[in-house]
Amino acid sequence: MLTKVLYIDLSRYRYSVEDRRDLFEEWIGGTGVAVQLLKENMNPEIDPFDEESTIVFAVGPLNAAYPLASKTVAMFKSPLTLNIGESHAGGRTATSIANAGYGAIVITGKSKKPVYIVVNNDKVYFRDARVIWGIEDSLIVARIIAENEKGRGTRSVMRIGGAGERLVRYACVTTETYRHFGRLGLGAVLGSKNVKALVVNGRGSRKIVDRKAYREVYDEIFNLATESDAMKKYHLLGTAVNVKPLNEKKGLPVTNLKFTSSEYAEELSGESFAEIIGRRIACSHCPVACIHIAALRLPYENEPYFYKTLMLSYDYELIYALGTMLGMKRKEDFLKLLYRVEAYGLDAMTTGVCLAWATEALEKGLISEKDTIVKLEFGNSEAYCEAVKYLIHQPNEFYRILAQGVERASEVYGGKEFALAFGKNEMPGYHTGYAAHIGYLIGLRHSHLDNAGYSADQKMDSYPEPEQLVEKLMKEEQWRQVLSSLVVCFFARGVYKPDIVCRALRPVGMEIEEDELVERGKKIYFEKLRLKKAMGFNARELRVPERIFETETPHGKLNKDYIERAIEYFAGIVENC
Amino acid sequence: MTKIKRLVIKDIEKCVGCGMCMYACSRRKGEAGIDGSGILAVSLSGFERGATVIFCRACTEPPCAQVCPTGAMRAREGGGVIYHETECIGCGNCIEACTINAIFRRSNGKPAVCVHCGYCANYCPHGVLAYEEIEPEEFSRVVV
Ligand code: SF4
Ligand code: SF4
Ligand code: SF4
Repeated sequence: MLTKVLYIDLSRYRYSVEDRRDLFEEWIGGTGVAVQLLKENMNPEIDPFDEESTIVFAVGPLNAAYPLASKTVAMFKSPLTLNIGESHAGGRTATSIANAGYGAIVITGKSKKPVYIVVNNDKVYFRDARVIWGIEDSLIVARIIAENEKGRGTRSVMRIGGAGERLVRYACVTTETYRHFGRLGLGAVLGSKNVKALVVNGRGSRKIVDRKAYREVYDEIFNLATESDAMKKYHLLGTAVNVKPLNEKKGLPVTNLKFTSSEYAEELSGESFAEIIGRRIACSHCPVACIHIAALRLPYENEPYFYKTLMLSYDYELIYALGTMLGMKRKEDFLKLLYRVEAYGLDAMTTGVCLAWATEALEKGLISEKDTIVKLEFGNSEAYCEAVKYLIHQPNEFYRILAQGVERASEVYGGKEFALAFGKNEMPGYHTGYAAHIGYLIGLRHSHLDNAGYSADQKMDSYPEPEQLVEKLMKEEQWRQVLSSLVVCFFARGVYKPDIVCRALRPVGMEIEEDELVERGKKIYFEKLRLKKAMGFNARELRVPERIFETETPHGKLNKDYIERAIEYFAGIVENC
Repeated sequence: MTKIKRLVIKDIEKCVGCGMCMYACSRRKGEAGIDGSGILAVSLSGFERGATVIFCRACTEPPCAQVCPTGAMRAREGGGVIYHETECIGCGNCIEACTINAIFRRSNGKPAVCVHCGYCANYCPHGVLAYEEIEPEEFSRVVV
C-alpha cells in the first residue's frame, strides 16, 4: 500500500516523509485521507491566501495499479467559496505521485520568491522560478520546465498561468496540457504561495500480494472498460454528446440561463465538433482516451498561405460555459475563447458564468461599458476574449471584483437573481430539474459531480418528496467518496462497483468487505461535512438564484417551495452531524 | 537470419499516450507500477503535439550487449537482447549505449529493457502495437 506522506514546507524550504499507514488504513486514500491531512495541518478558519494555508494532493490504493485509477485529489481552502476546495485531475498526476512512492503530498508555508517544486522520486528540489514568473501562458511554462527537468513520460507538470499569479479566485492548475485541477481556485492558492509549478516525477512499482489474482481482476476491469457498454459514451463522442439531447429536452443553459435551448446547439454539438477532431489523448493508465482534441486551423492575419493549428480539448462543460452560456454561434468562436481561457489558466466554468452574468448586467444597466471596457454581448467572441485578458490584468475595480467570482460581483453591483452560483461556486451546465439544483446546493463541493443530480433528473419521471430526494443524492455522494478515495475516474463509476473494488483492493494489500466499504464512504462524507462546518458552512445561508425558477427545465418550471424544503431538511442534517 | 516474433509498431501516429503498454510490462513481472517496464509512453514536447512509445527495436548488432562487461545483456539470435538480472552489476553502460534510449533505469539501478515477449501488445487499445514475425527492416513501417 502507498502509505507515505511527503510534507513540503515552503517557508523553510524543507521536506520530510512520514509513514501514515494509520490514515490510509482507516480512510483509504484520496478524499478520505486528504480530509484528515487538511484537518491536521490547517486551521479551518484561516484565509486561503495566508501563509499557513495548506494544500494536500492525495492518491489511493488503486492508482498506478489498475486502469482508470487515474485521478489525484487536491484539497485546500477555496479562495472562491472560502470553504472546502476539492478538485480532481488526471493526466499523469496520480500515476506520477504513486510511482514516486507517495500516498499524499502536503504543501504548507509560502516561498519568499517565486519557485517551482520538483519531486523526483525520493528527493525534493526548490527551483528558482523568478525568470518564468510572469509568463502568463501555462503551455509555455510547461514547455520550459519540461526542457529543464528529468522524467520525460513519467512526470507530471502541474502549473499555473497568469490567472494563478494574479490570484484570480477561480484560477486552475493545468497539467499535461489538457487536464486541470479546474474548480475552486487551487491555482490562486499556489500563486499566493509563489509556486509556479509542482513537478512530480515517479518511476517505481509496488509489490503485489497475489500476482495471479491481480492479473485476473486487472483483466476483468480492462475488459469492462474496453468491451462493455460501461464507458461507451466516453469512447465515442465524449461528454459533448450531451449537447443535443439536453437542448431538445430544454435542459441546456443558454445566454445566462435565459433560455434552455438554442438554435446554435447543432453547431456546438458533439457531432459537429467530431468533424474537426485532430486527435485523442488519454490520462496515464486509461484505455479510453476520452480527451477529444479539436484542431483549429487559423490563417495568419497578414500573410496569405500561412496557417497555425491550435489543438484544443473540449467537452460538454466547456461547450456549455464558454459556448451556449455566452450565446456563441460558431464553434470557431468558442474555440478561440477557450484557447485564451486555457492559456491563462482560468476555470472555464466559472469564467463562462461570470462573463454571462456581466453581459446581462450590462444589458440591464447595472454596470456600464466604463466598467466592462469592451461591449460584452452574447455571441461576441472577440469581446469575451478581451474581457478574459482584463480578468487577468484587472485594470479597474470592476474586473478586480469579477475576478472574485459572480457571488461577490453581484453583491457589489446587484443582479443576484441572475448570478448563477450555488454555495458561491458557479453553476455547471445542467438545468435539468430539481435534483441538479439541489445537488449543487447540498453537494459538499457544490459541483455537479458530487452527486450527479443531473443524471437523476434525466432518469426520473416524477419526483419524490424533497427529503427523499436529498437522501438519494447524499447516498450517491457518499459512494462517490469511496471512488474519490481509491482514486478512480468518475467516468469509470460503471466499472468500479463495490464488488469489483473489493476484489481489486485485495492484491494491493487491503482487505475490506462490500458493506464496510460503503460504510467508509459515509464516514468520509460526514468527516468532510464536519470540516466544511468548521470552515463556516451554514446550509441555511445557501442562496438560490431566482433565475432557475423562471426558465423552463425538462420537468417544466421549478417550484421554490420544493427546493426550500430540501435545503431545510439538509440544514437539519448538517446541524446534527 | 532467423526471423523471430517481436513487438512491432503497426501505426505510431495512433498512439494516445495512455501507457497501458508500460503498465502491462511491469505487471508481467508482478509489479504494480512502471519500475520494470521496458517501454515508455511519452508526449511529443507536450500532448498538443501527440504521443509516442519508446522501446527496443531489436538490433541485429546490439551495441547495448557489446558494452556489457558481465555478459548479463546478450545479443539474441534474430535481434534484440536477452538479459540476466543476476549477472548484472548495474553499471548502466547499456543504458548509455542504446542510441534510441530504449533502456530504462530501475530503482535498483539495473536496466529495464524490452525482451520482446509481446505481453503489452494485448493491452494497447488503439492498434499501435502488435506481436509479429517480421523482417528487421520492417520494424518502423510507413503507414497511411
Ligand atoms: S536496447 Fe537499444 S541498443 Fe539494445 S538491442 Fe534494443 S534498441 Fe538496440
Ligand atoms: S514486449 Fe514484453 S518486454 Fe517488451 S515492452 Fe512489451 S511487455 Fe515489456
Ligand atoms: S498502449 Fe498503445 S496507445 Fe497506449 S501508450 Fe502504449 S502504444 Fe500508445
